Amino acid sequence: MTLDLRPAGSSALLATFDTLQDTVAFRAGLGHRPPGVTEVVSGARTLLFRYDRTRTDAARLRADLAGITPSATSTAARAETATDADADAAAAVVIPVTYDGDDLTAVADLAGMTPADLVAWHTGQIWTSAFCGFAPGFSYLTGTAPSLDLPRRSTARTAVPSGAVALAGEFSAVYPRTSPGGWQLIGRTDVPMWSLDRDPPALAPAGTRIRFVDTSGT
Amino acid sequence: MSTLTVERIGFGVTTQDLGRPGFSDMGLGAAGAADRASAALANRMVGNRPGAAVLEALLGSVSLRSDAHVVAAVTGAACAVEVERADGSVRGAAAYEVLLLGPGDTVHLGVPDTGLRSYVAVRGGFAVEPVLGSRSWDSLAQLGPAPLQAGDTLPIGTEADGWPVVDAVAPPLEPWPWESVVLDVVPGPRDDWFTPAWRTTLTGQDHRVSPDSDRVGVRTTAAEPLVRAVTHELPSEGVETGSLQVPPDGFPVLFLADHPVTGGYPVVAVLTPASVDRAAQLRPGDTVRFRVV
Repeated sequence: MTLDLRPAGSSALLATFDTLQDTVAFRAGLGHRPPGVTEVVSGARTLLFRYDRTRTDAARLRADLAGITPSATSTAARAETATDADADAAAAVVIPVTYDGDDLTAVADLAGMTPADLVAWHTGQIWTSAFCGFAPGFSYLTGTAPSLDLPRRSTARTAVPSGAVALAGEFSAVYPRTSPGGWQLIGRTDVPMWSLDRDPPALAPAGTRIRFVDTSGT
Repeated sequence: MSTLTVERIGFGVTTQDLGRPGFSDMGLGAAGAADRASAALANRMVGNRPGAAVLEALLGSVSLRSDAHVVAAVTGAACAVEVERADGSVRGAAAYEVLLLGPGDTVHLGVPDTGLRSYVAVRGGFAVEPVLGSRSWDSLAQLGPAPLQAGDTLPIGTEADGWPVVDAVAPPLEPWPWESVVLDVVPGPRDDWFTPAWRTTLTGQDHRVSPDSDRVGVRTTAAEPLVRAVTHELPSEGVETGSLQVPPDGFPVLFLADHPVTGGYPVVAVLTPASVDRAAQLRPGDTVRFRVV
């Protein structure tokens, strides 16, 4: 496989991949950052490699990255074996959710499920933080179960409350703060996704595994 | 500890340093001074280390009263500078010179003729409380030491490792008012998402700076928009400071220090670091010419 690497200015290269799984696998295969790389920024189909021009250059970094073997231990692959899936479930950060979001019924209809089925789908898989963006602590979570690939709402809400649990496209997310948003809201949690009183402040930096637990009845 | 008290603020003042890189995987950008070269020069003029916090003042327009002997300098957008003594007498001063303030002196920054952001350094740095290792206010994340308000008292720290070795430096040459500012760009990473004419469209016409520009980005308009060759949605990807992100209207947004970590529109080209600093000094109404390097 030839790696598609594109310059992003004079001190970064953007590696592009066909799928989110390929992206996650390549990042997992990196191990330590290549020499001179100061930051790796995950995207949905990309990894952005920022580098220190006094320590490496585009040609050397291209060569370093060409030598990386993607790790097959990405979430989807691991889920195929029960023991690995169990290990993932044990290691995952647990987020208790009250499933009473304003869009829960509409989303269930879109997916051809009952709301109870939708909750079971959301709680019955391991989610991985693929990348962060939009706001500090906003993690784009990708699951082990087949994605519902939901559209965003046709009109965005001007204020989605902090702690809202949401779905859009292939992702799930928890809003770290009250903000405008077009995602479909299915529930809410009290667990803060972002807190300066915590180190690291984000609950789910890229690579973190998450499990949602239904506490609606309690 | 010596302090400066904020007497007056015109258009907004924040503290900035080299920013807090390394939190992209948590959705937090680096922030830091928008015009890094000007901030670095101000620090250098007063004998500070490069990481000392400075003030970034929109259109100058700030007055600061000193309670001690303080060495200061103003760089960036070259505004009028005056030092008013406690007895009301005024001493003429200038941007790009080392200022020696005495107890009770107030330094007044006027509005610059050109440029947008003036920087104020004091020897020792502004010692406001850092957040996640930086004294930079991030306007997008709403994180860091809060923007200054009149009446605030700013502590002066000890992050100096020398004394000024110059008393003044030459301000950078500005283009004539009727000239466009030239900004250098490196093509990519998504230049192939546009029709091959993107190069001539980008470089062959003036782009005008829109009023809704801020520390996140400089928005532009032009006669001819850039046209997409690939029309499907771009999955969110990491973006660099200086990226020319092209939203559906086809006119580039130039990402500055507070840009989002990831973006969902293609980046046609990225400004060189020197051009990022120059872009941070663009005012609404200014015109820009892009040059591919």
